Amino acid sequence: MSKELVFITVIGADRKGIVATVSNFLYESNINIVDINQRIMTDGYFIMTMLADIVDASISMDALCAGLEKVGNHLNMKIQVQHENIFKMMHRI
Amino acid sequence: MTFTLEEIYETTNMILHQNLDIRTATLGINLKDLIDSDFESFRRKVYDRIVSHGGKLIEQSGILERKYGIPIVNKRIAITPVSLIMESHCSFEKYAQMAETLDIAAKDAGIDFIGGFGALVQKGMTRSDRMLVDVLPEILSTTERVCAFLNVGSNVSGLNMDAVNLLGGMLKKTARISASSVGCAKFVVFVNAPEDNPFMAGAFHGVGEGDATLNIGISGPGVVKSVVEKNRDCDLTRLSEVIKGTVFKITRSGELIGRELAAALGIHFGIVDISLASTTATGDSVANVLEAFGIEKIGTHGSTLALALLMNAVKKGGAMASGNVGGLSGTFIPISEDAGMIEAVQCGALGLDKLEALTAVCSVGLDMFAVPGDTPDETINAIIADELAIGIVNNKTTGVRIIPAFGKKAGEMIQFGGLLGTVPVMKVNPYSAKAFLNRGGRLPAPVTSMRN
Repeated sequence: MSKELVFITVIGADRKGIVATVSNFLYESNINIVDINQRIMTDGYFIMTMLADIVDASISMDALCAGLEKVGNHLNMKIQVQHENIFKMMHRI
Repeated sequence: MTFTLEEIYETTNMILHQNLDIRTATLGINLKDLIDSDFESFRRKVYDRIVSHGGKLIEQSGILERKYGIPIVNKRIAITPVSLIMESHCSFEKYAQMAETLDIAAKDAGIDFIGGFGALVQKGMTRSDRMLVDVLPEILSTTERVCAFLNVGSNVSGLNMDAVNLLGGMLKKTARISASSVGCAKFVVFVNAPEDNPFMAGAFHGVGEGDATLNIGISGPGVVKSVVEKNRDCDLTRLSEVIKGTVFKITRSGELIGRELAAALGIHFGIVDISLASTTATGDSVANVLEAFGIEKIGTHGSTLALALLMNAVKKGGAMASGNVGGLSGTFIPISEDAGMIEAVQCGALGLDKLEALTAVCSVGLDMFAVPGDTPDETINAIIADELAIGIVNNKTTGVRIIPAFGKKAGEMIQFGGLLGTVPVMKVNPYSAKAFLNRGGRLPAPVTSMRN
């Protein structure tokens, strides 16, 4: 089955409910989370990334970006949505 | 997960905190097929083509910006050199009307600059080329978005000094009649001008190009500075290697956007221009990159070496990342658009002589600098000719974007605002080359041109 993968990156200060809030928004948009990872980076930022498959999403890419931006504002975190191709291009030869 | 957290964080961080963006997506379009003996019909067809292409460029760029989370800062159009398409409508009034059409079309399409109001005069000037130069002060001062260029030399043709000798007077007139002399910021004079340069003000759609082509300009001083700061104590080879790796990644993002945008527009993807392009934003300065190398202020001794190292690393990293590197692919060191350059001029670290030396290793040329408004015409011509000689002899593109700041003296500032920033007026050498320049004619091509 074909997949369309995006990375959702959440950056900011660590707090409760980040994974729950973002996951809930994705669930409501019929988006499947393929993988999830999180860490405090050496420069002190908390970072959480989710690899999500948007092939069956009930909303458009635009709506996904706008919706997650709102979620980010609510959490006081920066949320970035990027199609996986940009990481393939930049980090794999 | 197919990518490590560090890799994802690196990319995201570049965009969020280090000003990584696609600096420009420039759509080159051919207008030769629109030439019409009915001038009104000709103008209408030019307007329609620009608006229709420009609208699609903006729409598709927006979709990709959201898909990849990377801003495409400028969307621009470059056209066939206007002197070519105006040969049979060669009058002052018609040139002015065509410029107005281009300006309105760019505005209606949502394009901030349209390039190509220029001529290729490396060996001689046609009547139309000459008319274009005559009309430039009016065009540059009355239109908002039209950018102009002249190519006055190449390493196979030499330098057309007669064309250069027209420019001092033309630029001073432009400076006098445009607000804050800003008209001069929209004109570049080149040697070896590339036909696929995506950067304004010198972009045009070359005669060797097809009907439409997309060229991409990347960015990245902020990203490069950040990686240099993390490698404070390494030697020059290691420093070059870390820059190469970073520029590879930056250029890949441009290659990706270029490929997808061209496909979405149904046109040919031309090139990625791997020039590092500074902006007025804090931390997005090429001067600051060199200062992170360990140069106290750009312009001091050691700056040329530092810039040579940067250029070399940028080219090697960029060349690997793109199928077709083109355009200028140097490093821009404009005074006005780079906070570090402005500061270096203001504190006395950087003068015109050292700026010229820097351009010998970084290509692109003397960009966005101001000289006193009362600088003699022939001194402006001599500054231009010196820079262009560097390009011809060294087989590379050089250009000059000089602002003879009307009513201003050395040390004063001009405020352009927006993308063009501010610029301090620099001192020029008071001695004249008038008698030499007045000889006119053509500087013969260098011996390196005889390769056949």
